[in-house]
Amino acid sequence: MTAARSIGGTILEVDAVSLAFGGVKALTEVSFDVREHEIRAIIGPNGAGKSSMLNVINGVYRPQRGTITFRGVPRHGMNPYDAASSGIARTFQNIALFKGMSVLDNIMTGRNLRMKASFLEQAIWIGRARREELDNRARVEAIIDFLEIQHIRRTPVGRLAYGLQKRVELARALAAEPALLLLDEPMAGMNVEEKQDMCRFILDVNAEFGTTIVLIEHDMGVVMDICDRIVVLDYGRKIGDGAADEIRGNQAVIDAYLGVAH
Amino acid sequence: MTDAPGTFPGRVFAHAKAIPDHPATREKDLGIWQTWTWREVAAEVRAMACGLASMGFRAGMHLAIVGDNRPRLYWAITAAQALRGVPVPMYQDAPAAEFAYVLNDAEVAYAIVEDQEQVDKLIEARPGVPTLAHVIYDDPRGLRDYDGVTSYEELVARGRAFDAANPGFFDAALAAVRPDDIAIMLYTSGTTGRPKGVRQSHRAFIAAAEGSVAFDKLSPADSILSYLPMAWVGDHLFSYAQWVVAGFTINCPESGDTVMTDLREIGPTYYFAPPRVFENLLTQLTIRMEDASALKRWLYRSCLAIARRCGAAILDGQPVPVTDRILYAIGNVLIYAPLRNVLGMSRVRVAYTAGAAIGPDLFRFYRSIGINLKQFYGSTETCAYVCLQPDGAVKLDTVGLPAPSVEVKVADDGEVIVRGPMLLAEYYKRPDATAESIDAAGYFHTGDAGYFGDDGQLRIIDRAKDVGKLAGGSLYAPNYIENKLKFFPYIKEAVAFGAGRERVCAFLNIDMGSVGDWAERRNLAYSGYADLAAKPEVRALMRECVEKVNAELAADPKLAATQVHRFLVLHKELDPDDDELTRTRKVRRGFIADKYRVLVDALYGGKAVEHIETEVKFEDGRRGIVAADLVIEDVAPRPSARAAA
Repeated sequence: MTAARSIGGTILEVDAVSLAFGGVKALTEVSFDVREHEIRAIIGPNGAGKSSMLNVINGVYRPQRGTITFRGVPRHGMNPYDAASSGIARTFQNIALFKGMSVLDNIMTGRNLRMKASFLEQAIWIGRARREELDNRARVEAIIDFLEIQHIRRTPVGRLAYGLQKRVELARALAAEPALLLLDEPMAGMNVEEKQDMCRFILDVNAEFGTTIVLIEHDMGVVMDICDRIVVLDYGRKIGDGAADEIRGNQAVIDAYLGVAH
Repeated sequence: MTDAPGTFPGRVFAHAKAIPDHPATREKDLGIWQTWTWREVAAEVRAMACGLASMGFRAGMHLAIVGDNRPRLYWAITAAQALRGVPVPMYQDAPAAEFAYVLNDAEVAYAIVEDQEQVDKLIEARPGVPTLAHVIYDDPRGLRDYDGVTSYEELVARGRAFDAANPGFFDAALAAVRPDDIAIMLYTSGTTGRPKGVRQSHRAFIAAAEGSVAFDKLSPADSILSYLPMAWVGDHLFSYAQWVVAGFTINCPESGDTVMTDLREIGPTYYFAPPRVFENLLTQLTIRMEDASALKRWLYRSCLAIARRCGAAILDGQPVPVTDRILYAIGNVLIYAPLRNVLGMSRVRVAYTAGAAIGPDLFRFYRSIGINLKQFYGSTETCAYVCLQPDGAVKLDTVGLPAPSVEVKVADDGEVIVRGPMLLAEYYKRPDATAESIDAAGYFHTGDAGYFGDDGQLRIIDRAKDVGKLAGGSLYAPNYIENKLKFFPYIKEAVAFGAGRERVCAFLNIDMGSVGDWAERRNLAYSGYADLAAKPEVRALMRECVEKVNAELAADPKLAATQVHRFLVLHKELDPDDDELTRTRKVRRGFIADKYRVLVDALYGGKAVEHIETEVKFEDGRRGIVAADLVIEDVAPRPSARAAA
């Protein structure tokens, strides 16, 4: 299925990024690239620096050294607002939704950056505000349909099962119509059926919208099945990079995962 | 109605002329109800039919239809019929292997399906189905890169081009359709043996629909929710035949999970559901009421007590004391009307249930709060049209009076036999089965055992071949016992054994929802289905239910000997995917007896515990093994009423 989707040029270039928290080196000279329309995985044992890498890409952390080039614009560091407005959206390892708000409202927040109407216009519901709201709602409904969550449209997120909350979070990220989607362990804590559903949604998002996806995942089966290329981190260093088959045969990766006799 | 066209497509185009702007179909899509008028439906049907014709679909060919209730799939039925082809709706939740049987039996070359899930199943089945050449899909999602499949849009575009190039084609095709052409082929659920294709003519199904439409005075102003499997004869009668004959509006839900919400938004005037749907609704309601405040609970209980006393009588127009009428009117304002609103039944004029026996409490509940719930009787072979309950004479234990233009008799051996215009033309490629079920006098043998009461209404006891005798000679009707057990909300399925044996024994399936809730209220921890089913407390609960059923059986001298002596609670849910139930959820008793032979032997062999390993199929087609040690419970039978007297 992935064969017909044409993978384009480089959309994100991570060049020699190093990140340290005091004496702890989270990332050391990590470089890799992400091409347009591909699904790229970052894997590695616990504490390898995977989430830190994601946080660097969307501006939560500022690396001490290195550059990140997104859509041709090189930067040393950015804040999450700039990342979001330049087309990077993400989901979190520990779900970060508004628990008391309905699924619909949560996904609508993903459209926030697309709304141009002023506070006053929105308050008295005139002109642009009304038009924008209808427009955005139509987009959100398309995403609700896409992720098959019509039945929980009006349900407060806090009352949903974990697997569904994960799906709502994906919906909110998609609502921003990102060029680059970062998924932090989208399948953690899910049962087999939920994992299969999530895999299908990730592949469908990639195929239908052409969204470039970078994901962190522990389930090797999932990663090998759905990703085009894989970056392997261990102790903050890149130890492997390539297609699933190359990674499977990479001795450094095998050592990192299985341990090695010294 | 006599001058109305004698075929379904003829009638669709007649509506497009007579009531062009009346809504024919609605579907909730992207959160908004979309409407198609009869004129628009006719235009879509025309384009689809021309599209199919341009792809080589000809008279006599079969068009497989697979998916949830989608407007385009209903229209596809008409499009195929307009070309004198035969639509074959299939159960959308069946796995690919089951598809293959029907596809091969019907030599299907053309299929129109809902989405990627169904396309994948057809592709999986394709190597074993050499005839299958064309697959058309409705929802393009995920299908972008598939080869050899056609989108609905493409089909319709081709159709419009074909129509423009061959101006007289469609009208000529439509005019060529005869009332005696086969209009639909529906497969039986196959309680025993392989499913058979039941072929019904336009004439038969239109007769059934006209009879029932007149019986309940349905008109274009009515509105229904179409949410039952399209392959089931019940849905075909209610959502297609009656729709086309009466010209009312069908509403397709947004998804299978949103039916409750959609029901409330639409507020249908005419409603049809199998008993389990009514049961689920009541269970949800009861659970929610238990969480309500004390005042509300008290109000609910007292109002329902009044409703139980006089609600059904008021609905039937019987004399009721004035005080009760006043109390009922107050109850209506406070509880019944809001309740009907929550259930989405505020506007329901006529509601039907059929397909299985309905529990007395359940039936009484809906009627007492003012919902005109009735029963009918029919089968795939009779267009689901044999007996109907008239307003004012609704009873729990009957299935009604013979429907207009239908002759119903009880044969000497107790089997119900019927004759009328709604009978099947034939079983597809099974002249032997056709000859076996329709006798020389033209009566169809339903296979059901029943009798007429003094009120002229028919009562069905059981499947005729299931009615047997215990070794001691007493009459034994397994279905009757199973239904009594299943009326308890805690029991989802029951399988009784006893034909030719000394005593009756039974397998029970707990209802995960209500037993789970029951356990929660008692702080009983459990990890899953098998664990919950194995709890001694749950077995005790089941024993209470069995004892109550035994008490009822003991009260009937004819059936006192068939009390349940021993039972066990199964460790897994009986499932159509494991062939234990049919797709319409009827138990396949013979298959189950074979599959669980060790358990049956243990029940009759006097063992107290038995170990069992069962293979289960998961939804994605993988298999696994479930093992359990099942404890067998002994129940002391009650003395029979006659013996005690």
